[in-house]
Amino acid sequence: MAEDLINSYRTGPDEAGRFGIFGGRFVSETLMPLILDLEAEYEKAKTDPAFWAEMDDLWTHYVGRPSPLYFAERLTARLGGAKIYMKRDELNHTGAHKINNVLGQILLARRMGKERIIAETGAGQHGVATATVCARFGLKCVVYMGAHDVERQAPNVFRMRLLGAEVIPVTSGRGTLKDAMNDALRDWVTNVRDTFYCIGTVAGPHPYPAMVRDFQSIIGKEARAQMLAREGRLPDTIIAAIGGGSNAMGLFHPFLDDTSVRIIGVEAGGKGVDERMEHCASLTGGRPGVLHGNRTYLLQDADGQILEGHSISAGLDYPGIGPEHAWLHDIGRAEYVSITDTEALAAFRLCCEEEGIIPALETAHAFAHVMKIAPALPADHLICMNMCGRGDKDIFTVARHLGFEMKV
Amino acid sequence: MTRIDVRFAALKAEGRKAFVAYIMGGDPDHDRSLALMQGLPAAGVDVIELGLPFTDPMADGPTIQRAGQRALEGGQTLALTLAMVRAFRAGDDATPIVLMGYYNPIYSMGVERFVAEATSAGVDGLIIVDLPPEEDAELCLPARAAGMNFIRLATPTTDDRRLPTVLRNTSGFVYYVSITGITGAGAADAGAVAPEVARIKAATDLPVIVGFGIATPEAARAVASVADGCVVGSAIVAKIGSGAPVAEVLGFVADLAAGAHSA
Ligand SMILES: Cc1ncc(COP(=O)(O)O)c(C=O)c1O
Repeated sequence: MAEDLINSYRTGPDEAGRFGIFGGRFVSETLMPLILDLEAEYEKAKTDPAFWAEMDDLWTHYVGRPSPLYFAERLTARLGGAKIYMKRDELNHTGAHKINNVLGQILLARRMGKERIIAETGAGQHGVATATVCARFGLKCVVYMGAHDVERQAPNVFRMRLLGAEVIPVTSGRGTLKDAMNDALRDWVTNVRDTFYCIGTVAGPHPYPAMVRDFQSIIGKEARAQMLAREGRLPDTIIAAIGGGSNAMGLFHPFLDDTSVRIIGVEAGGKGVDERMEHCASLTGGRPGVLHGNRTYLLQDADGQILEGHSISAGLDYPGIGPEHAWLHDIGRAEYVSITDTEALAAFRLCCEEEGIIPALETAHAFAHVMKIAPALPADHLICMNMCGRGDKDIFTVARHLGFEMKV
Repeated sequence: MTRIDVRFAALKAEGRKAFVAYIMGGDPDHDRSLALMQGLPAAGVDVIELGLPFTDPMADGPTIQRAGQRALEGGQTLALTLAMVRAFRAGDDATPIVLMGYYNPIYSMGVERFVAEATSAGVDGLIIVDLPPEEDAELCLPARAAGMNFIRLATPTTDDRRLPTVLRNTSGFVYYVSITGITGAGAADAGAVAPEVARIKAATDLPVIVGFGIATPEAARAVASVADGCVVGSAIVAKIGSGAPVAEVLGFVADLAAGAHSA
């Protein structure tokens, strides 16, 4: 697709679930009828005012939307450049953007008569959100979580169990998000008839990338209106952290056709984006491949075997990225950069100290990039970053890195 | 006609059921895997399914997951698996070989190059788990154009509405998956499988072979008796994984084959 032929960036995916060459439905035959059903149900729900009325009601009274758009005055002064706004999605019930999407999928599962919900989780935020909404609706909930993540995100594991979910530690592979997703897919092929797979990011087979994006787009819709109300114009730059890319897609999508707005996604650079591959920057350090139902950029070796990657942040520790990001990257509508573990930790501390906000380690990656670019930008440049999660779950990891002994 | 078509025509003429054996290419290591493969025809195997190891085998249970890991740790690659096929073909030009695996290693090699190398190595068919009919343009159509069979899985969720889509570009045989689930889990129930096979056979002239959940000669016989043949994978792979020498694995395969052939 030649770029000059595009008059909107917001029409994808096509009927085959593709964004350019990315996306698609690369799943086993057992799952095909299920994802076709899901697509049909979602298409119906999408235009059903009753569906959105229920969502809005829950978003308002259960999640606490709209989330504020906050002017970070002290950070702006400290960095001495662009005016920094934060979209406060960490204030949502359960502490991250994940619940925006979970509510939509659970309402859909209810319409489809499914009573058993499965989910994969990395940082545990999607697992907690899913366990929460399942408790709210009396549904059975099973969460797959890499054994390594069970260990580094212990508070979230306990929260899920309190909420009545069964948490299954996954030991295959290196025990992180990718492996949790494999086992969730294996559960789904086994329990096709009564089970709904609630995917936590804009990845997986069509229609998940589009559906999750639509549910998360509430972030960008609100931010756009709030910025217009506050500043009388659109932001100049919007920034979000990327694991699979759902909070970023949610912020970006409503702005895609506002071509004056610069869009930046921040991937996890781990120990540095180089040939050691100890990072999770799929776009800056990977190449196109097929995994988990879609074609996208992946960390892989010369034989097409998937690499595990590394990030200090469990929620970004994923070797792929949503297919719409892969497309936006290739056509150049969005830029993608990476931030290392060390840079994220420094940003984490600065955010705590200057604004009294403890961000999630995932979110700290986005903030670290704001720290990099803000000082060189003029004072009237408006940045809007997505404060997609709070860092309560990360204090143990951060304490360890700062050499602080904490008794659990 | 591929070697698969020829083999099934011969089996049909003899009134015999097909026994299909799955092993993972490169498991437990490259040399023993090749030796095993070379021994399969004499053990009674009619069609060889050679697994392509992949880091993320979404449709496989722990047994085949571990086999893939062993193969990858031993340095197996797609190119080496194709070299195994070449080496096998030097001594056997009749036994059909089907490669079974996931799409990414093939996509990574490049579809055009893969199709050319696989056909010249002597591969007859492909089963690529994560390529449903909706993605036929990726590999199914190029592979068919080059003269390979593309074998599709039909499953208990493939209802009558969907069956024609699944059969449309399928050739060689239809692989009916006896359970909803992953490899190595559950046990195929011949009683439940029989009507499903009949349903598929009413819609196609292709042979219907049943796999997943078959682990013993008795089960092989029971399932083969209600279909055109059966596939055993995890049970053989588990034997290999237990450290059994090649001859012992082949003995086990011969028992399974005898079970299927007695149907
Ligand atoms: C706070 C937070 N941000 C970001 C992510 C990464 O996911 P995504 O890129 O889909 O927003 C996670 C995932 O767990 C998260 O908890």
